[in-house]
Amino acid sequence: MNQVALLLAATLGAGTPLAIGSLGLLVNERSGVLNLGAEGVMLVSAVTGFAAAYHSGNEWIAFLAGAAAGAALAAVFGWLVIWLNTNQYATGLAVSLFGAGFSAFVGTGYVGRKLESGGEHSVPLLRDLPFVGTALFRQHPMVYLAMALAGAAAFFLYRTRAGLVLRSVGESPESAHALGYPVRRIRLAAVMVGGALCGLSGAYLSVVYAPLWVEGMVAGRGWIALALTVFATWRPARVLLGAYLFGGVTMLQLHLQAQGVQLPPQFMSMTPYVATIVVLVLISRNPLWIRVNMPASLGKPFFPGS
Amino acid sequence: MDKRSLLRPLALPAVFALALALACTKEEPKKEQAPAAAAPAPAAEKPAPLKVAFIYVGPVGDAGWSFAHDLGRKAIEAKYGDQIQTTFVEKVPEGPDAERVIRDLVSQGNKVIFATSFGYGDAMEKVAKDFPDVYFEHATGFKTAPNLRVYEGRFYEDAYLAGVLAGQMTKTNTLGFVATFPIPEVLRNINAYTLGALSVNPKVKTKVVWVSSWFDPPKETEAAQSLMNQGADVLLQNTDSTAVLQAAEKAGKYAFGWDSDMSAFAPKAHLASCVLKWGVYYDKAIGDVLNKSWKTDSFKWGIKEGVNDFVKIASFVPDEAKKKVEEAKAYLIANPGAVFKGPLYDNTGKELLAKDVVADDKWKSSVNFYVKGVEGKVPAGQ
Amino acid sequence: MIRLEARPSPSRLAGILSPVIALVITVGVAAVLFLVLGKDPMRGLSVFLVTPWNGVRALTELGLKATPLILCSLGLALCFRSNVWNIGAEGQFLIGGIFGGGLALLVTVHPVALDRWGFFPLLVLAGALGGALWAAVVALLRDRFNANEILVSLMMVYVADLLLSWLVFGPWRDPKGFNFPQTMSFAAATGVPRLVPGMRLNLGFPLALLVAVATWLFLFRTYRGMQLQVGGPAPRAARYAGFSSRAALWISLLVSGGLAGIAGALEVAGPMGQLTPYVSNGYGFTAIIVAFVGRLHPLGCVLSSVLLAMFVIGGELAQSRIGLPAALTGVFQGVLLFSLLACDTFIQFRLRWRARA
Repeated sequence: MNQVALLLAATLGAGTPLAIGSLGLLVNERSGVLNLGAEGVMLVSAVTGFAAAYHSGNEWIAFLAGAAAGAALAAVFGWLVIWLNTNQYATGLAVSLFGAGFSAFVGTGYVGRKLESGGEHSVPLLRDLPFVGTALFRQHPMVYLAMALAGAAAFFLYRTRAGLVLRSVGESPESAHALGYPVRRIRLAAVMVGGALCGLSGAYLSVVYAPLWVEGMVAGRGWIALALTVFATWRPARVLLGAYLFGGVTMLQLHLQAQGVQLPPQFMSMTPYVATIVVLVLISRNPLWIRVNMPASLGKPFFPGS
Repeated sequence: MDKRSLLRPLALPAVFALALALACTKEEPKKEQAPAAAAPAPAAEKPAPLKVAFIYVGPVGDAGWSFAHDLGRKAIEAKYGDQIQTTFVEKVPEGPDAERVIRDLVSQGNKVIFATSFGYGDAMEKVAKDFPDVYFEHATGFKTAPNLRVYEGRFYEDAYLAGVLAGQMTKTNTLGFVATFPIPEVLRNINAYTLGALSVNPKVKTKVVWVSSWFDPPKETEAAQSLMNQGADVLLQNTDSTAVLQAAEKAGKYAFGWDSDMSAFAPKAHLASCVLKWGVYYDKAIGDVLNKSWKTDSFKWGIKEGVNDFVKIASFVPDEAKKKVEEAKAYLIANPGAVFKGPLYDNTGKELLAKDVVADDKWKSSVNFYVKGVEGKVPAGQ
Repeated sequence: MIRLEARPSPSRLAGILSPVIALVITVGVAAVLFLVLGKDPMRGLSVFLVTPWNGVRALTELGLKATPLILCSLGLALCFRSNVWNIGAEGQFLIGGIFGGGLALLVTVHPVALDRWGFFPLLVLAGALGGALWAAVVALLRDRFNANEILVSLMMVYVADLLLSWLVFGPWRDPKGFNFPQTMSFAAATGVPRLVPGMRLNLGFPLALLVAVATWLFLFRTYRGMQLQVGGPAPRAARYAGFSSRAALWISLLVSGGLAGIAGALEVAGPMGQLTPYVSNGYGFTAIIVAFVGRLHPLGCVLSSVLLAMFVIGGELAQSRIGLPAALTGVFQGVLLFSLLACDTFIQFRLRWRARA
């Protein structure tokens, strides 16, 4: 039983960076902009966060720095895509590639450096509850922040006026424009929020999860976060669920190996990616369902006054 | 379509033409300098320094494999001073690109090339054929030639000593190993770790998790966690980062440093570090070249020769445990590489070595099994 | 106030100038970076831009490195023009390499009466088959289930990489290779015929150039090619003219997968001579940049392949000659693409100063 609890706990930790990044992308995509550069943004913020943690010794400063870096890179992307109307896919890819190179370059001085250890985080009293204590209450605060963010995102999108405006921009920017809303600024804001959250996720990876910097350490999590938003049909609660599922697959695979289960490790490592494809297929095959759930203007450029 | 659509991409050749024009002029001044410098050489007091080049598979700052090699490079730089001039190229991919980099280094006048990863073997072999007056040294390889030799460390000796310490420090009698790829070197380390532990604690068993990468801190952390979740309380790894050590620290368990001294990273978890001291071998290699006594060979140096070592045993380790490690170390210095000795069985019960037989190099290079005490099966193995 | 205003028709001048300006911007950024790192910018630029061209061996190495980029980018240009966003060329490259390598292994173990020239077409076919099959999965999932081809093709890259790793560690591992993850070396008869004695440049390069010509003919001189370029981006309009966006999807994915697969097979049987876990260096991803810098035009793809090969080789030389860090190459590639995308805006738009109303 204890093993299951430990596996659950590990799953929560592994799923958190995916959840935070994906929530950011969700807000981003709700405005109609698809940012394929998530991986690059996460990498740049991971190195920024690590550098900030290294020099300041404080992980919250690191998270802030990571979020700021992510927002900044996303703003560049946003400017190119929203004001200069460059192709969203190509620009996003450019961000990914640039982010990978830039983070490696900036990070060369930080490889092999150590951060002050944070020690074990847990919620006092609740941590000692049987099963639940181990599974849920011995986590870094960021894990709980991810859950809170999901709730906040849901509240924002469906219970506030601003959220309604955002969603309408995503569904039909032309109508929103006709109603007088500053569509481009709203999109930029959404893109920057997306970047900030991806940044937070990247900083969490390099400062808390595996407190090291190495180039490429995001290892495809940015792309999985993108897939997650589709998996979750752009709803925050489902994003959370999906993130834990994906985190769980990775941890389960390692867990089974440690148990002595004999499958070639490469096939076990494939499972998160194959699972993403399967999910994509299942979700996409009903065109009506996708249209109901997907922001209609996703990926399409907007020209005010055209 | 009209012909003008061809104009756009033709903008690029304009730049190329410019570059080619520059090429005709830029490189010549350099060539002119060289003969001018060579002419007064016989009259000069000091001979031109021996140019030595290193290629690394990873970044120099990785605190692991490439870092250790670079420390070795710095060591010979310090020792030989003006007599040598060193260069290095990092993050050279194993594959066709390596050949190009090695050729270029040779064309720049480097007379000794050190290639520090197994995957460079083919490239080294090809280039060595074309340049019989250049010395090629390949780490952890097996292909040799009259001007190409291989060198390796007996890393499993360190793993054995780690096992001796682990067997005494474990409270759950379960050890963990975060492994990279199921090649003989790694399997030897896993087996040596287990054998070392069994020699002081017959109840011990080892669990292994494969991360399929030499350097992936998040994955290494996850692997360490899953091992600890299964009860392992002393971990060893052959990945190149400090992630496993740091994960152990967070969870209040023990682990070791690998490749370099990692004691600063986890004061409470760090039991000892298995370090590499390539400088010792590089010293010999350069010495051979300078003394004109270089011969092709296959070196497998270990604790006795000083290439690897087991250091920085934590102060909180009880004296009795330290003593057993010292004894094992002394045994290995007296009997280099004698970690694998019969009677030895694999974990399916098959006999690997008869009683009192000591494994030879051939046996050690074809290790593709787990010894008794390691749980599970070697992935995709025979 | 500065505004962007749509041009009545795309500007040809901007189309020509844009890659040049982008290159100039990249060179400028490079010079600044060199200064920041304390290196002589002229020397740095010379090593990156000039040294890779210096000498016969250097030129053949450029050609060798550019070959997979040319093949992959041509296929991607086809895809992107049809509005099919194949990001998984890397995976198709790997599977093509597996098929090509597998064939070479077969012939090595069971020798056949064929020399290199005879084996070459078989190798190309095998690679094309592998790459096309891998891309067909993406096409099928998009065709039948509407699954976004960007994400599917990308996930397939990871799967392909792990598949290669499994083969090379397991069933195809060289029994005499000391358990190292590699296949046995392929027989000499399976190698790709070389063009210049003593150099590594092989038949793949002229093949790539031929494919470039064929692609140009297809895109700009055939009806089908026109259909592809219209059918993809504007499916509804195209349907009125009888063009099928479905055909565009399948043709472009199969062709680009096949070309990437050929590139993989050539790389494996050519300079490598065996299968290892390190078959690709991100050629499939670099090819995306190449395709864009080449304006999705076959001739542009060839030229920008050479340009990017120069960047990579220059990066290696910069390390060993002036001690620059290895990560610079990625930065330059990214900056090049950013600048290009930004400059491209001015093809469709122009700046207008307007007094406040």
